[in-house]
Amino acid sequence: MRLDLVPRAGRSPFAAILAPALAFLASVLLGGVAVSLLGVSPTAAFAAYFIAPLSELWSLQEIALKAAPLALIATGLAFCYRANLWNIGAEGQFVVGGLAGGCVALATQGSAGFTFWILPTMLAAGTLAGIVYAMIPAVLKVQLGVSEILTSLMLVYVAELLLDYMARGPLRDPAGYNFPQSVAFDAAARLPYLMEGETLHAGVLVAFASVVLATIVLGRTLFGFEVRVVGASPRAARFAGFSEARLTLAAFAVSGGAAGLAGIAEVAGKIGQLQPTISPGYGFTAIIVAFLGRLSPPGILVAALVIALTTIGGEGAQIDLRLPLDLTRAFQGLLLAFVLGADVLTRFKVRLVPGGAR
Amino acid sequence: MRHSFCACLGAFLLLLGPAQAEGKLKVGFVYVGPVADYGYSFQHDLSRKALAEAMPDKVETTYLENVPEADSERAIEKLARSGMGLIFTTSFGFMEPTLKVAKKFPTVKFEHATGYKRAANVSTYSARFYEGRYVCGKIAAKLSKTGTVGYIASFPIPEVVSGINAFMLGAQSVNPNVKVKIVWVNTWFDPGKEAEAAKALLAQGADILTQHTDSAAPLQEAEKQGKLAFGQSSDQYRFAPKAQLTAIVDDWNGYVISEAKAVLDGSWKSHDTWGGIKDGLVVLAPFTNMPADVKAMAEDTVKAIAAGRTHPFAGPVTKQDGTVAVKDGETAPDPMILGMNWYVKGIDDKLPQ
Amino acid sequence: MTLDMVQMILVTVLTAATPLIIAAIGELVVERAGVLNLGVEGMMICGAAVGFAAAIETGSTLLGALAGAGAGLGLASVFGLLTVGLAANQVASGLALTILGLGLSGLVGTSYVGLKRDPAPHLDIPGLSDLPGIGQLLFGQDAFVYAGLALTIAVSWFLWRTRGGLILRAIGDDHTATHALGLPVRKLRFLAVLFGGACAGLAGSYLSLAYTPFWAPAMTAGRGWIALALVVFASWRPARLVAGAILFGGATVLQLHAQAASIGLPGQVLSALPYLATIVALVLLSLGRRQGGSLAPAALGRDFTPHR
Repeated sequence: MRLDLVPRAGRSPFAAILAPALAFLASVLLGGVAVSLLGVSPTAAFAAYFIAPLSELWSLQEIALKAAPLALIATGLAFCYRANLWNIGAEGQFVVGGLAGGCVALATQGSAGFTFWILPTMLAAGTLAGIVYAMIPAVLKVQLGVSEILTSLMLVYVAELLLDYMARGPLRDPAGYNFPQSVAFDAAARLPYLMEGETLHAGVLVAFASVVLATIVLGRTLFGFEVRVVGASPRAARFAGFSEARLTLAAFAVSGGAAGLAGIAEVAGKIGQLQPTISPGYGFTAIIVAFLGRLSPPGILVAALVIALTTIGGEGAQIDLRLPLDLTRAFQGLLLAFVLGADVLTRFKVRLVPGGAR
Repeated sequence: MRHSFCACLGAFLLLLGPAQAEGKLKVGFVYVGPVADYGYSFQHDLSRKALAEAMPDKVETTYLENVPEADSERAIEKLARSGMGLIFTTSFGFMEPTLKVAKKFPTVKFEHATGYKRAANVSTYSARFYEGRYVCGKIAAKLSKTGTVGYIASFPIPEVVSGINAFMLGAQSVNPNVKVKIVWVNTWFDPGKEAEAAKALLAQGADILTQHTDSAAPLQEAEKQGKLAFGQSSDQYRFAPKAQLTAIVDDWNGYVISEAKAVLDGSWKSHDTWGGIKDGLVVLAPFTNMPADVKAMAEDTVKAIAAGRTHPFAGPVTKQDGTVAVKDGETAPDPMILGMNWYVKGIDDKLPQ
Repeated sequence: MTLDMVQMILVTVLTAATPLIIAAIGELVVERAGVLNLGVEGMMICGAAVGFAAAIETGSTLLGALAGAGAGLGLASVFGLLTVGLAANQVASGLALTILGLGLSGLVGTSYVGLKRDPAPHLDIPGLSDLPGIGQLLFGQDAFVYAGLALTIAVSWFLWRTRGGLILRAIGDDHTATHALGLPVRKLRFLAVLFGGACAGLAGSYLSLAYTPFWAPAMTAGRGWIALALVVFASWRPARLVAGAILFGGATVLQLHAQAASIGLPGQVLSALPYLATIVALVLLSLGRRQGGSLAPAALGRDFTPHR
């Protein structure tokens, strides 16, 4: 027996919704089996993971907060991945974005009078730092043909060590007993809160606006068109006269800028100071989000919310049901695997044919 | 419509949720690492288990592990919202988030480990690990044949730096010419890298290792090469029965239990606890793999520290640059130890400033 | 610096390089077949957990290593099914494998925390192993080290001296043409993926059985990613891969030695050196082959469906 894949003529919109839904169902079922093996009722686990976080205003805000950087970074990455450029260093671009913007906040610490310009400058500095940092692998690729997968990844470690050094050394709070953290930013250097309770900050709006903007750019502009054509058919792009080098730089700039912006939004929003680590792995999780969302900005938004939901639900499950954190991770991996597998339904008709594999 | 939906959902959750006995104090713990690290977080989790065992009908415990510092505010608030009455946040990096959540939940008591900022409902606690390091330094200087000790350090924060200094002062009290070689691995936990650091130090002539990282890898490396070493955070004897001299064990059991009791009987107040050997927060694992006289010396030192007769930072203490940090006849005040960012004389390494 | 000290440093470099070599040589075969599997870290950590668990249960290091390889192979079969069978995106599937592997390894390993085993036995040939300067380095290592080098030689021989290797490389360069010639593209790719998984699992079990013989969560600490980087670094050639692994291991180990000899640079700078060195080496390599074009297998990372 062998699996045969027959391409579908057009994308079936029905399958495009059915496939991820089926994938979700399959992972939930398999997850349920794993949960019962650990001696916990699957219905209770389902409630803890998927319903409890949605039933409280606070946890809804937290989901939005967690999803925002993921969606923002993943949206940027979608431009790269659509064009078959493999920037996997968003984590590093996020970190330098947070660091650069944070430096602006620290340099302007204590400014009196007109301070309205500080926050926009921070956001701009973060974005710019992300772009510049992403330019390293992009330029190396364009000029020398060095694999961007490798350089962008290596630069993640370098960025993390740079932040670590800065937070423990030059930028640390002089009154803080030499503990590794900067002073807390002034209010003028913080993103405003959107609701009572000091949880939801304006970074969420930034992320949402970026997703909308990306949807328009990707779908309705020449640049978006070029990205899509290069991804779908590099030959056609070459015949059309699109410059691969220019596109590479542009796509890296978009993803680096998005990651840098997410970084400074996180620092100016949630954290409010510089510390040795500012990311719980957003840059890497965003890669998963990008593919879960199948590289379309609206899909990415949904995917980011799902990942945020399971992460926060996973914490609830740890507290209430003693389900280990590793289970949440395994579930997220499983979900992505199923979504990718199910994606085949939207692209191909799958047939089992007798005979050996070829 | 919307409200009734929420109400139904709530009822549904109540039905599904685990039955919770009324009147029990719920105690939550937030760990920065996995409870399976067999080091710092593991040791903290032992105290959670000890608490649950000590008062099974009065408390209920739970924890969140592997909480990244950048994500800790949500984890702490989640615990506060889950009806916890007492929450232990066990890493320095949780300081600001703990304070922020504490402000929102004034009736919940918080205990933050190794920090320095407090509030009406936030206590801080830590252990004088440096006392144990002083004892280790003395043992090392006595037993080292090459006169060189290897020190695997994580990050240059005051706790680690004061540990290095105390170790050196202890060692110098036995052998003024002892050398300490320091390797910063920039991680709390990476067995492979810790093992490599151990190998590098052993290759450069160190015959005794000590570490301020969490895994048992350096101990095992010492054991493999027939050298000696000290355990960290928990008693790691089982990993290296022929190499472990002793281990500086964090014993939070007594503290955690007494704090829970204080919350239960209403006597809890915000305070700062910085306990050492005397208070049972720092415990030295049984002295092994050493001759009787060294063992006796170590035990005497432990007793002397507990009785207050010996202080690791008793003057005169001279800094690397020759200036006097602590005058003869005085001992270093706590704020100096808490914020230590200089080396004592004799250490051949530079601290990042 | 004495001869013995040089030897000790070289031994440390060799053992630090071994898990990278074993994992990377597997991935090299996968990528030569045109498949990019980014899940090395996940397969490695599962190999470490399962390998250690099996060794504890059976008391045998060999069975542990085999079980570790088996765990990597099992995860790789999921990846193969997704990418080779269903033509799913390889980058994303690899990442799914990484988190899945991290999660599974934690679930498997949880009951083995705090247990220890004796490290895998080292070769000891009376006379040879005691030779000054080179005895320990050449004749005093554990089986994993020799296995890693043997694997490299075997893979090198297979890829360039056998018909199977030729076909594999051809598939990696042009799956459409090889398919048209009637070659079993998907079958061979699947086998290559399985081989890569087994190697990654074996590399993981080296960590938990020989390098630091206990289980700890996330103990691979990013070595799977380094292995991936090495394959590109080596421009898909086994001999260069060994050189790269030794260079990277050497940079890591030497920075620790530099610290122990108190060189006085911040630890973060020294820790960043291996990564910066890798980037610099890559740049130099590509400067050297400006005219030659890319050395990557031409079909690397592109999915293949026979009917297209």
